[in-house]
Amino acid sequence: MTSQTDKTIYSKPNPGPVVWLKSGEPMIWLNAAAVSLSVIAVAGLILLLAVRGFSHFWPKDIMLATVTYQGEERLVMGEVVEEVEVAGQQLREAGFELLGPGPFFGRTLLKQGNRDFLDSDFVWLIDEQIGVRKAPADAMVVERLEWGNFYGFLRSVSRDGDLVVSEQASDVQRWQAFSSLIADTVAVRDEIHDIERNDIGEINYELERLRLQERTLELEGQLDTSAQLSLASEREELNAQYKLLQERLYALYDSIAQHSYTAELMDGRIVSLPIAKVVRAFKPNDLGSLGKVGMYFEKLWEFLSAQPREANTEGGVFPAIFGTVMMVILMSIIVTPFGVVAAVYLREYARQGIVTRTIRIAVNNLAGVPSIVYGVFGLGFFVYFVGGELDQLFFPAALPTPTFGTPGLMWASLTLALLTLPVVIVATEEGLARIPKMVREGSLALGATRAETLWRVVLPMASPAMMTGLILAVARAAGEVAPLMLVGVVKLAPTLPVDGNYPYVHLDQKFMHLGFHIYDVGFQSPNVEAARPLVYATALLLVIIIALLNLAAVSLRNRLRERYKSLES
Amino acid sequence: MSSFNEHIPSYVPGWRRLKDRMATFSISVGGSGVLVTILLIFFYLLYEVLPLFGSAELHSEGAMSWQAASVPAYLSVEEQGEVGLSLQSDGRGRFFSLADGATIEAVDLADGEAAVTAIGVESSADRLVALGHADGSVRLLRHEYRLTYPGGERLITPRIERQYEDTDLRVGNGEIIDVVVRDGDEALLLAARFADNSLAISRFVKEEDFLSGEIALEEESLKLPSQAMTPLKLFIGSSQRWLYLLSPAGRFEVYDIANARADGTLPLTDSGELFERSAMLTTADLLLGGISLLTASDQGDLVQHFMVREKGTYQLQKVRQFETGDTVITQLLPEHRRKGFLAVGQAGELQIYHTTAHRKLLSESIFPAGKGGVAAIAPRGDALLYVGPDGEQRRWRIDNEHPDISWSALWSKVWYESYDEPSYTWQSSASNNDFEPKYSFSPLAFGTLKAAFYTMLIAAPMAICGAIYTAYFMAPALRRKVKPMIELMEALPTVILGFLAGLWLAPFVEDNLTGVFTVMLVFPFGILAFAFAWSQLPLRFRSMVPDGWHAALLVPVAVALFWLCFAANDPLELVLFDGDMRRWITTELGISFDQRNSLVVGIAMGMAVIPTIFSIAEDAIFSVPRNLSYGSLALGATTWQTLVGVVLPTASPGIFSGMMIGLGRAVGETMIVLMATGNTPIMDANIFEGMRTLSANIAVEIPEAEVDSSHYRVLFLAAFVLFLFTFVVNTIAEIVRQRLRVKYGSL
Repeated sequence: MTSQTDKTIYSKPNPGPVVWLKSGEPMIWLNAAAVSLSVIAVAGLILLLAVRGFSHFWPKDIMLATVTYQGEERLVMGEVVEEVEVAGQQLREAGFELLGPGPFFGRTLLKQGNRDFLDSDFVWLIDEQIGVRKAPADAMVVERLEWGNFYGFLRSVSRDGDLVVSEQASDVQRWQAFSSLIADTVAVRDEIHDIERNDIGEINYELERLRLQERTLELEGQLDTSAQLSLASEREELNAQYKLLQERLYALYDSIAQHSYTAELMDGRIVSLPIAKVVRAFKPNDLGSLGKVGMYFEKLWEFLSAQPREANTEGGVFPAIFGTVMMVILMSIIVTPFGVVAAVYLREYARQGIVTRTIRIAVNNLAGVPSIVYGVFGLGFFVYFVGGELDQLFFPAALPTPTFGTPGLMWASLTLALLTLPVVIVATEEGLARIPKMVREGSLALGATRAETLWRVVLPMASPAMMTGLILAVARAAGEVAPLMLVGVVKLAPTLPVDGNYPYVHLDQKFMHLGFHIYDVGFQSPNVEAARPLVYATALLLVIIIALLNLAAVSLRNRLRERYKSLES
Repeated sequence: MSSFNEHIPSYVPGWRRLKDRMATFSISVGGSGVLVTILLIFFYLLYEVLPLFGSAELHSEGAMSWQAASVPAYLSVEEQGEVGLSLQSDGRGRFFSLADGATIEAVDLADGEAAVTAIGVESSADRLVALGHADGSVRLLRHEYRLTYPGGERLITPRIERQYEDTDLRVGNGEIIDVVVRDGDEALLLAARFADNSLAISRFVKEEDFLSGEIALEEESLKLPSQAMTPLKLFIGSSQRWLYLLSPAGRFEVYDIANARADGTLPLTDSGELFERSAMLTTADLLLGGISLLTASDQGDLVQHFMVREKGTYQLQKVRQFETGDTVITQLLPEHRRKGFLAVGQAGELQIYHTTAHRKLLSESIFPAGKGGVAAIAPRGDALLYVGPDGEQRRWRIDNEHPDISWSALWSKVWYESYDEPSYTWQSSASNNDFEPKYSFSPLAFGTLKAAFYTMLIAAPMAICGAIYTAYFMAPALRRKVKPMIELMEALPTVILGFLAGLWLAPFVEDNLTGVFTVMLVFPFGILAFAFAWSQLPLRFRSMVPDGWHAALLVPVAVALFWLCFAANDPLELVLFDGDMRRWITTELGISFDQRNSLVVGIAMGMAVIPTIFSIAEDAIFSVPRNLSYGSLALGATTWQTLVGVVLPTASPGIFSGMMIGLGRAVGETMIVLMATGNTPIMDANIFEGMRTLSANIAVEIPEAEVDSSHYRVLFLAAFVLFLFTFVVNTIAEIVRQRLRVKYGSL
């Protein structure tokens, strides 16, 4: 383009408002705005989850301040959770006396913990009433097994009821003694946990097995004296073992029961608390950035690897991760063969006609059926009908306690396999369609049968497509909650579905699930405010898992397309 | 691919041939499995639902001779349907086995004391029997059954227990010929008719001794006005509030027991005719729960009444009339656990009805004609016992699992007991036993459509406009990034959208209500203002942004507009709504406001549905052949004219198909509505209130529902309705899409 034409173009006058309106240009801009809005919504949503989810693990500073209201002063201490602006009118109506001119007043939500000593663990403060905000270096957070966090100042530490360090000792000495005692206690607690969960769990399992064995013999009419005797002796032995373990447990419990620490609350009260209930203690104001980063990863690891505490509002989500993974693996084992076979039939075997068209419509409909309907079907058909029959046939000894006639892992996997079947079929079909005809013809021309062509040539070439379908199915299943609520998910499963007891994988057990965990903790929990950060973290984890799975599927699909591009004519 | 089908060369060995055949067979079976699966879901749901609409059935279990002197005055069957109790009018009677008719234990309620002149029962579902005597005294007895399992066999031991033994219960002076009793937590009520046709009523207030826990009865005097009519039947409602008197000529009078005058006289609350035409009352009884009064006439009327409050006054309202087919009903047997009843006709007919469902479930002539027979129904409603005047005892098994569901109960307005008017109500369970379940799908279907409506209101314009721009105007490089990003949103678990909607968006919207509405108003104009300003910039400047990148340019503009609107929320709210828009809406506009409301659901579910519609609509617009638009452009149309006149009409079936699938998704979505609404089943289109949808209702209630109960099957019906709805919607969408494909193919 020469500069001459440039000039003519650039010197063209801008349109007037009327011309501009008539040109249709405004509509195009509005359409563009819809796209921008959608993109902003997606990005904003992810950003919101990421910020709230990741910040959950960051150890926040502890604030200590004096609150003055109507001449009365009191001290408050805790973590600042939220700060908002509120119209003075609203506050006045709620009965607050305000000093400032307004019209807006800042409010701060403070997590002050100490649920066992204060009325509520969260408190809203009006900023104008808050005096100087201090961050005392020796303020500590104690995460506990019960009653939520404790905020206060460490005063003394006692081991087995004997004072180890008193108030006179230096800060550092006290803290060291406290930390080492916590470490010892945690070690003992781990051992207790190990015994309770593994050893005693195993004995209980064996006892239950004996009971079922006895009942089976009774049902078969073979429960004679010798059988009874041998069962009784086995039972005796187990009970003896149980007694031993229990004694050991009592000893361990006793060994930590008397460890305690005294601490000063922000209002000067001195309280004595058991160390046996302490999970972790730290002084966030004193940590420094590096210490905080360390604490951040410690908490992140706890979130991923630990059991939940305090009605799921604290601790980790490991059982939920494990349950989700187990369910998804089982589902994959079921859905892959069926989905692939159906796709192969549609693309390779069936004559294209009324039958295939009907099946395609059926597949499409399966994809569109609301997930809750699958849940209802799973509950009625799998759990009550099939499960009930299985119990009658194979587990009559356990009746009336249902074995498979109750929601559980297997039925959840089956239901979700049904739900994700269309995803696998559609993806595999697409992959099969991309394989050029000449590849098949070549194989057949060399004398292979159709089955051999399929097995040796077509399926290997379509395997990335199957993988894509499977990954998409897994992503869908990992995020689905509504049907699972009916067919097997629980808020708290006492044991994992895989353990050391025969048959090792317990398909009849109920399990925990990340998606349900979000719903349960966020909406059914008694203390939603305390649970909220954990819910954000769980949601973020679920989104990350699903986004990664989807991205993997997309990249796999793209690579597949690249691979066969050369073969397409 | 039929071309490969046949040719297996002849030199292929047999086992390879066999393997090939087996593969073909198993793959065909597996492929058809998909079809079988969807049929299985359909038929299984149908199989669970169908029993709801079945009629009742009777199965005779034989007859035998009645081993007693006369037809009893009172007949009852215990829980297990094994032991019966018959009482003659003189108080003598026996416990007997239903199986062989043999006497288990003879009883004499008179027991050496005053002769029994009347027998009354509290209600058929209760085992409290009142005996009236010639001197006006009343004795109360209860028949109890104890279950033991000696040697693994069930043994039922019946016995009679005297109630309130220490109190001299007396209704008046004279020979009682009819007595009714109503025992409550606070008082015991007795009413009686005497041989001289006078009436009396007594209330005994219960006072519990705090130390011993014993209950002492204190009589309070009550009396009926002297002009009260002579009744054929009298009843006391279960709330102990109303006394009903029914005359032989079909008149009724209702007296208010709770608001007695100072001298103890009961005020007359309502009186009138029971039947529309003049007819004689043949029989009457209270339905389970003691709220509804069932009456029958010699003209074949069968009517249900209950007390309804209208403008502060109560009246006995006729609620339903049952179609008897001109059968004259002589005995009514209310069921013990449900709001249904059996009616025995003069000519030996048995009819089974249900009140809430307004259904007649059965009508058969099974009894010998003629007066004098007595029937009793087992507490579980599954067995019927009849002792006829011919000295025969007959038994039937009743198959009547789900009388409480009918088309009208599900979809029409139903007048429920204690309601002031007919209503659409969903309330499936309550704490008490005689609760009337309210299974109206209307509020749930309404809630489902309401949620879908607000969702589509937000999602459809966003998704379609977005699809138009992305497919037609957007630069290819940008499109390759934007499309997967929006489609990724589809993979976002709805539980996360629901959780954000419930815990973050709902409080946010509540706090920034003014801001939300400001955004809705300001956003389009802000965009247009920016666009116009952009068009006024020198071209040199404008050409720095290539064609098809408008959307990217708008991202900062949109963010700025949002920020501006929400920053202006507080000042605006202060100026316009006195600092609190929410309160302004409730007090000034009188609209109720829930934090988790339809607006929140619309936005959250919109996020879930946008990618579905976007993806399909975008594909449809993108695959409109380019030469169509080139032709239009060449003829001088602007790009927008080409889009509206050529591209969109061609792509419209695809866009429609996308919307249908989006609608299907919105209708079936569970977690978002579960978490982002209050789940109250109301029928109100108000955008600031929540709803309960069919899907959320299933999720909430099915884990609690008893297997194979009516409630359980009704929830299956809800699932079936959802299944059918999405089936129809998806099939239409798929057919439209297939047609579209053919159409594009020809272009």
